[in-house]
Parts: sequence; structure tokens; C-alpha cells
Amino acid sequence: MSELLEIDNLETILHTGKEPVRAVDGLSLKISRGETFALLGESGCGKSMTALSIMRLLPDAGEILAGSIKINGSDLLQLPEIDMRTIRGKHISMIFQEPMLSLNPVLTIAEQINEVLKRHFNLTPEAAQTRILDLLNHVGIPDAARRMHEYSFQFSGGMKQRAMVAMALAGEPELLIADEPTTALDVTIQAQVLELMRQIQQRNHMAILLITHDLGVVSEMAQRIAVMYAGEIIELATREDFFAHPAHPYSHQLFASLPKKQKRNQALAVINGNVPSLTQEFIGCRFADRCNKVTDICYQSKPQWQTITPHHQVRCHLFNKDSTLATNNPFPKTPEKNENIAVVDPISAATLPKTNNALLEVNDLKVHFPIHKGFFRRVVGHVKAVDGLSLKISAGKTLALVGESGCGKTTVGKSILQLINPTAGSVRYNNQELVGLKRKELRQMRSEFQFVFQDPYSSLNPRMRIIEILEEGMNALNVDTNDQENTNQQPSAFSREQEINDLLQRVGLPIETKWRYPHEFSGGQRQRIAIARALAVNPKLLICDEPTSALDISVQAQILNLLKSLQNNLGLAFLFITHNIAVVEYLADEIAVMYLGRIVEQGHIDEVTNHPKHPYTQALLSAVPQIEQTPDQKIIKLAGDLPSPAAPPSGCHFHPRCQHVMPICRKSYPQTSVFSPTHTTHCFLYTQEQSSSDHEH
Amino acid sequence: MPFDPVILWTDALIYLLAVIVLCFVWHVHKNEHLLSPWRRVSHSASGMSALTVLLFFIAIGLLDTVHFRTALDHKNNHNETIYDAEVLSILDVLVTPLRTNVEKTYSAPLATHLYAKETLDLPDGTRVRAFARLEFGGAHLQHPEIERKPDILWRTTIGIGYGLLVWSILVAYLCFIQARRSQQNFSQCLTAIWRRKTEVPWYAILITLAIILSLIGAACMLATHYHVFGTDKVGQDVLYQSLKSIRIALVIGTLTTLIMLPFALLLGIMAGYFRGWVDDVIQYTYTTLNSIPSVLLIAAAVLMMGVYIETHPELFETIAARADLRLLFLCIILGITSWTSLCRLLRGETLKLREMEYIQAAHAFGVSHWRIITRHILPNVMHIVLIATVMDFSGLVLAEAVLSYVGVGVDPSMMSFGTMINAARLEMAREPMVWWALMAAFSFMLTLVLSANLFADAVQNALDPRVRTLSHESTILRHSKKKPISTTTKTTRRS
Repeated sequence: MSELLEIDNLETILHTGKEPVRAVDGLSLKISRGETFALLGESGCGKSMTALSIMRLLPDAGEILAGSIKINGSDLLQLPEIDMRTIRGKHISMIFQEPMLSLNPVLTIAEQINEVLKRHFNLTPEAAQTRILDLLNHVGIPDAARRMHEYSFQFSGGMKQRAMVAMALAGEPELLIADEPTTALDVTIQAQVLELMRQIQQRNHMAILLITHDLGVVSEMAQRIAVMYAGEIIELATREDFFAHPAHPYSHQLFASLPKKQKRNQALAVINGNVPSLTQEFIGCRFADRCNKVTDICYQSKPQWQTITPHHQVRCHLFNKDSTLATNNPFPKTPEKNENIAVVDPISAATLPKTNNALLEVNDLKVHFPIHKGFFRRVVGHVKAVDGLSLKISAGKTLALVGESGCGKTTVGKSILQLINPTAGSVRYNNQELVGLKRKELRQMRSEFQFVFQDPYSSLNPRMRIIEILEEGMNALNVDTNDQENTNQQPSAFSREQEINDLLQRVGLPIETKWRYPHEFSGGQRQRIAIARALAVNPKLLICDEPTSALDISVQAQILNLLKSLQNNLGLAFLFITHNIAVVEYLADEIAVMYLGRIVEQGHIDEVTNHPKHPYTQALLSAVPQIEQTPDQKIIKLAGDLPSPAAPPSGCHFHPRCQHVMPICRKSYPQTSVFSPTHTTHCFLYTQEQSSSDHEH
Repeated sequence: MPFDPVILWTDALIYLLAVIVLCFVWHVHKNEHLLSPWRRVSHSASGMSALTVLLFFIAIGLLDTVHFRTALDHKNNHNETIYDAEVLSILDVLVTPLRTNVEKTYSAPLATHLYAKETLDLPDGTRVRAFARLEFGGAHLQHPEIERKPDILWRTTIGIGYGLLVWSILVAYLCFIQARRSQQNFSQCLTAIWRRKTEVPWYAILITLAIILSLIGAACMLATHYHVFGTDKVGQDVLYQSLKSIRIALVIGTLTTLIMLPFALLLGIMAGYFRGWVDDVIQYTYTTLNSIPSVLLIAAAVLMMGVYIETHPELFETIAARADLRLLFLCIILGITSWTSLCRLLRGETLKLREMEYIQAAHAFGVSHWRIITRHILPNVMHIVLIATVMDFSGLVLAEAVLSYVGVGVDPSMMSFGTMINAARLEMAREPMVWWALMAAFSFMLTLVLSANLFADAVQNALDPRVRTLSHESTILRHSKKKPISTTTKTTRRS
């Protein structure tokens, strides 16, 4: 196999701030024709900078210092800019992470694809139109002849990413660089796009450089894998080798920090700290500070490439044959990887007596947002974000609310807290009705339930110091922690500052941090602060809205461990809103699957994940990329996207995308089907309960 | 009593503003975490140089604010002291020669003769048309043709010399203070300043100070015997006019903002935060106000005020009081018409901010609306307010000029950059051209506005926590991964 792309010792720096950031520092890799090569790494490792260096599309602050990038043997870095334009699109093309931002909203899809064609082919306008139509059909856009003349905002997220793929394919490139192509998409859409990329690769015999942080995606797509850390590649292997015997301690720890169902009763392994700053000059191994296998030599000299098998190389002193440290196999190939990992205090499940009384009961909750139109802003319709939702959380338990983006998950969370006024229904906390309470009355209840937000970057006021952020809730609610029995504090005179110190320690931050501003912290630390803020008022119920989706895998593990230990120590109940099934399986006791404002299936975590009943749950679970691939695993493909909640389909909301659709599905919404006292679903495939047995709990 | 203090309306407001600023400074000084961003302002070379210049302007403005009337020699029938009808300020007293040395008409800067020919009676009885000698400018010279240039050069040199002498005393004093504070010896401090190793950029400040002091020194030496910036149509010294205009510019720039800010802040944030009918009402109000041509509105209001002033002469003891009320009214009118753009900006920003998760978190804590507005929204829009205020400052000084042109600006008896520029309209059309009045107004205004802009820039950079670099002691924590910022403190080694 000839090499298509050869990168040799690439060095890219970014001139930001006082010292240059070595974003890519001596990176070498080879990609053959027709193969999928995955570049895996946490954010801030230089993955995207590598991709932009290949395209020579670095930002103004970026500069390639050394190295060569050869495509078919010709060095791209020697080419003048004008020749580069024939390379881009024709030989290499790129798909970006955010499909919403990478299409121009004032040009139609056809016009945008035509730009590529005009540049690289000498086509008549008619031939170009036919070609565009071919391309769009190729990527599976339904009714392409009509839709090609539409604008990007008329496309849904998945369709936009398909259009992006079509645009990238227009020049018939030999290499497609996909920079986190599915990160912004839902799992069901992600499955569609990944499948499409796989098909196209096979058909066109095109190489793909897949840049991602998602091990599941890598496992499904890649043939060869390079793990990138702090600007350099630290491990290079085929997929089989990598997933069977990862060599580098970083890869090991990454696997160990993945949340899984099997790890439910133990803490996740965490990689301490963050990716080191790339402004510094590295003397030893870049991972040394966070490595659990670290030895003195790691700090003293840079590890060189060590070959384990011809297709598996690693940059680690542990594999150095000449070194005294060398052992034949530093990582005994045992399934219990966790022994190698610094496990934070193992958590035994159910250490606290848990009551079975429902702490929170939501009945038939509806949140409708009116749509205004015209000069007099008449209400012409409603967006039914939440449309008759019921759920129940017991004290000290975790309920996961799962669903695609846009199905109303976050609205549920906010309307439970009365941040959004529900249109109808009831929210009862400890048998006290919250809906319709006045601001003042509600204020006394506020300390009982708190919210942890998705984005730790926007959930902390940048102008307030940590101490002020933590104090705010205490002051507003006049919390007196001394009479709380769950906190292990002495009942004597503790100042507020002491409480804040305790809080910070509880979430694992040094006390001195309280004098800082939020921007001085990393994402994971910010999320800890956000959790500390919520805990400051001693809540019993914490609503977590995708608290880990903005974080890297290793940091996610830290936060999940924290949440789990808080639950065990303080007896908190969680409503965990997420789209990440792996996190749910690790953390949740119960799960509720939401589709278009309604819960379609609800039950104990094992019941639902092992025996999903509703076709949507089945599809959702199957679409999650798996690392350990089972031969019988088949992705249930869902056609199309989530319909608009302003005009939900008649009958069962899921019927336009359902494989088992029956005539009755179009007519009426299915009643509850009960499988066990806890497991229920709404689907006509199963025996329907009578409407009288609605209150089956 | 030899004088009678007079407090005009704008004086009172300036005193109020000064008290507010002093209270703010005192408050910041007491709180370490509020002080630290301002310390960073003091580390910006351009900002501190600009502040040095600004302080001179402010000092002149404040000197011009303390008004009084001097007592006349004779007493009235009831044996009460009679005070002069003319209201003077400390500045007027300090620059008495500039104020009183009035020529006949135009004269060029540093000239000894008038700028226009007139018929002169010679001692021998003949009449010639020639440039007459000035009454004061260069009057001490016997043969101005020969002596003028050496005399000017000599005086300039002496002036710069005096300026630099004062400067070196200041430098010595600064080093003395620094040495006492940091327990170093005198020469160490001096070398530190000279090699730019100090935290506060004393080097840049001292350079600026040296330039200003030598300019002031030269001007002082020349101004006693010449008209440094020439004279205007009625022979008044242009330098004096420029100095008097500084107060008007500062008053219009700051008081208008002071009047406008409460409207803009309160209404803008309320519209964005509460949405609904509050938003509708506020939006319609400013849209309506915006669609009326502001010059028309101001003209109408000022003319109405003018009529009121004309018909009630008994309300005003002096001309200055009348002119001052007109100035205050102009500030109010300008403030009322100019809050809309800032209000619109703030509304948009608040709309964005109210959806931020930290505001939602505050709601979840049951924090009151007022507290959310003051603690969360207000600090996060302050950078917009600061920028808009400084940008408006120059705009307002110019607006005053435009309004003076239409005839609805400050009272004609008041000297302002606006009236100077307005007068320059005719002077520029004259042949030969009179350029110095415009030139003086232009250079003073440019320096004032530029230094205000530079200072605001430094303040904004320091106050926005998002652009701030990490403090030195944060080695326990790793820095944010989104913005790799160096924690090492190599900055001081830069030379």
C-alpha cells in the first residue's frame, strides 16, 4: 500500500500571549490510501491544529516552524498559496465540527457545492447541476432535486452535516479530514453520519483522517489509531491492538476512566490534573505528572518510540528494552485493569439507609411556549416542549432523563425548579405543591433543590470571586448549616467562611481558590465550583443538566466520582439529564427515556438497558458507539430527525421514524404498558393498560 | 471679606462628581480584591501616560471651577461691601496677564505686530498704512525685527530649563519616596526607574511629565510677554480661551454622561431583564425619541430656555450665572437625547446575559431581581458603559461645537472649543487666513480626547477579567486549558 499522506516532524506554534504555544510538537504520521486513521486525544492536545496545518489553514497567530507534509510525495509546505488552492478540495477536504457554522446561510446548498466544482472542474452549468444532484443523492438527502436549492437553515442538523460531507466529496478528494464530525450531533444522527462516511469510503476508496475524542467512534470507524497528547503522538496502533492491549499508561487510564455499567459500584479511575500547558519546554515525558506508572527517568529524558509489534508503537520508557525498567509486559493482560489504576476511595453502594418515599413527584407536567406572529403578536401556536410528563424520584436515588437534543429535557429540569413556569401539571416536592407558588413562598423551598448546569464556562459569573459565588445562595436563602444533620460539622460557631472552606474541600478544591475568579480555572474545576455552589444551601435534590458533556473523558470521570460520592455521603437525589448512555448506565438507578416532550419508556436501569421495549429506546441504545464490539450488534437506523415540537406528529409522536409502525400509531397516543412494577412504556406493540390504571405506582 | 465665593450650578455638580469619585477611590482602596484590577491599570504604560496628561486637564478644569467675586473698593450706602459683577475663578487669577492683555484685533502667535494693516499717525504727522505694534505682545522689545527671534529662543530655553528643574525635583522626590518604601537606596531606585524595572511604568510617566512640564515652562515664560497662540478678532489671547474651554469640555463630557447614565442603565437593563410590557414601553420610548432629529429637539429646548432666561433677568445676579444655567440646561438636553444608543446596547447585552446559566442559577437560589441586576448584570455590562462613556465624551465635546454653530450651544459670553471652532469658520475663509484659533482648539481637544481614550482603554483591559493573565501565586492550580496562559513570571526580566 502506498502512503497517501506523510507528515514528518511537524511543528506548529501559536503566537498567543507572551510565550508561543507549541500546539503541534514533532508530529509524524503516515496515512495509506483508503484507510481510516483516527487521531484521538483530549481537547487542547493539538488535534485540530494538526488538521489545519495539513490544510495550511492555520489562524493568523499560527505558524508552521518545521517538518514536512507530503501528499503523494509532494511537500505541501513548499507550495505557493495559489497551488495550495488546487490541493484543497481536490486532494484533501475537510469536514468541521459544527455543521451549523460551517455552511454559509446566505447561499443555497447547491451554490456552495458549485463553488468547489467551479474551482476544480471545467463543467458546464448543466453538468454541474447534475453532479450536485448526484452528490446530494449520494449522501442520502431525500428529495435532493428540490432541496439542493434550499438554504442551510432549512436543513436539520443531520442534513447539514450530510450536505457538508457532499461538499467535501465534490472535489473527489483522496483524503478527507473529519474534525470531530459528529460531536455536535445526537447519537441517532451520529450513527447515520458515521454509517454514511463508512459507505462513501468504501465506494470511493478514500482515506479518512478522523479527529475525535470519542473512543466509541474510534472503535467503530478507525483502522489505525494514533493517540495524541500535549502536541505529540504517544501511541500508534491498529484498532485491534489498541483496544485489546493499549500500551501507553495514558491510553490505559483513558479506558479506565470511561463510565460503564460494570463499574457501577466502584469509583471511576481518574487521571489527575489537566493537559499540561504547551508553552513550556518539556524535558521528560509529557504525561509524567499525571501518570500512575511514573518513574524518575520519566522526568529526566524524553521517551523515544518503542516498537511492541510491527504495527504497534508507543512512546514510553516502560517499553524501553535497554532500560532497567524494561519488563516484557508492563501491563499484565488481565481484565481487571483497575488494579493498575489509582482508584479513588472505593465506594460501596447503599451505605446510607434510603427511604422509598418519593422526594419529587411530577405529574402530567406541561410546558408550552406560545408562538407569536404578526403585528399584534397574536398567538398562532404553541411549542410543546414538555407535553404531559410524569416522573418520581426517591430520596438518595438517581433518575436519568435521556433523550435527543430538542426533546425538552432541559425544560423539564428548569420547570421543576420553577425557573420556567409550567403551563399545566403539578410538581410536588415532599408532598408540597410547587406549581403556582409565589416567588416569596417558593424562596423558602429553594434550598431543597438545586441545579447544576451544562456549560461550566457560562454558569459562573466571571466578575465574582468564588467566595462570592458560593456565598450568594447562602445569603439569599439565609442558610444556617448548623442544624443540618447530614453535614459532619460541629454545631458550634462556624463562620460562613469556614462553611465555604468545607464546601471547597468537599468538592476537592484547595481552600485558597475562593479568592480567585472563575476564569482562572479549567472546565473540570469550574464544574466542581458549580456543584459546590449548589451544595452550599444543603439541597436534597440536585438536577444535573448534562454536567459532563462539555468535559473531557478524564475530567468527566472526576466529576462523576464526585457526584457519586456526594450521593453516598449526603444522601442526595439526582435528576440526571443527559444524552450520554454510558454515563447513565454508570450512575443512574432509574431511567426515563424522553421523546418530543413525553416519556416513552421508564424503568429501573437494568430493565431498560437490558430489555428495551420501546422501539425508540431500542434504536437509541443501539446507536451508541460501542468499544467492545459484539458481532450480533446491529444499529437500528432511525430515519430522519426529531420532528418540531411545534407540530408534533399525530398519534404516537414516534411513528414517522418507527420501524414497527402500525395504522393505529397514527391515530392515537398509546397508553401505558406495564412490564414490572417499575418498568413501563407507551407503545402499541405491547398490551395496553386501561386508562384507569394510570396511577400504577 | 475681600471676595465672595460663588457656587454655580455646574460647580455644585462638579463638586458632587468629585465627591463620588473620591468615595469610589476610598472604597476601592479599602477592598483588596477591588484594588487589584486598578493596580493593573497602573501597570499600563500608555494608560498611565494618558492619565498624567488627563490630570493636568482636570487640574485646570477644577481650578476654573472655584468661582468668586472680588470686593470693590467703595462701599454702598448701607456700608456693605460691593462685589464686582464679574465672576472670576482661581484660574483667571493665576493667568491674569493673559486675561487682561487684550490687543486690538488679530495677531499671529508670538507676533509683535497686528495681523491687519491700519492707518497709523507717525510722529512727524504723516499717515501710513502699516502693521501696528501690539500693545502687549513683544512690547518690551526696542527693535522687534532683530530682537524678537533671539528673545523668543532665550525665553523658550529658560522656560524649558525651569520645567526640567521642577521635573528633576519631582524625580528626586519620587525616588526618595520609593527608596523609603522599598528600603533600597536612592540610586538603586533611580536605576530601577531608568531601566524600566519598576512595576508602575514610572519611566513612561516621567517622560510624559518631562514633556508637559517643559511645555508649560516655555509657555509660562513666553506668555508674559507674547501671545503664545496669538489673539482673536477682539484681541483676546487664544491660549487663555483654550484654557477656559477645557472646563466647558470637561463639564459637557462628564455631566452629560452623569445625567444620561441613570436613564440608560436603569431603562436598558430593565428592558432586557424583565422583557414583556416593560421592554415594549421602554423600546417604544427610545424609538420615538430617536426618530426626532436631535438637533431640532435641542434647538427647541434651548430656545425655550433662552426665552425663559430673557424674561426673568431678576433670577440671575451675574452674567456668569446666566451662562452657567444655560450650560447646565444644554448638558441635560444632550443627556436626555443621547441615552438611547447606550440604552439599546445595554438592552441587547442584558437580553444575552439573562439567559446565561449563572443568572439562572441565581434564580434557582431565589435571589431577588434587584440583587440579580446589581450583582450579576451590572458588573457584566460595565465595560460597555465605560467604553460608551468615553466614546461619547469626544462626541459630546463635538456636539457642543455643532450646536454652537447653529446658535443653540453655550452662551456667547462663554469660551468653549465649540465657539472657537465656530468662529474659525469665518477666520478660515478670510484672506490672509487666521489659522491659530482653530489650531489651538484642535490640539487641545485632540490631546484631551486622545488621553481620555487611551486611559479608558487601559482601564477596560484591566477590568475585564476575561483578558487578564494569571496572578503569580497560582501555581497550585493548573491554568485553564482553553487559554494556555503562562504562569511563569518572566515578564519582569524583559528589557
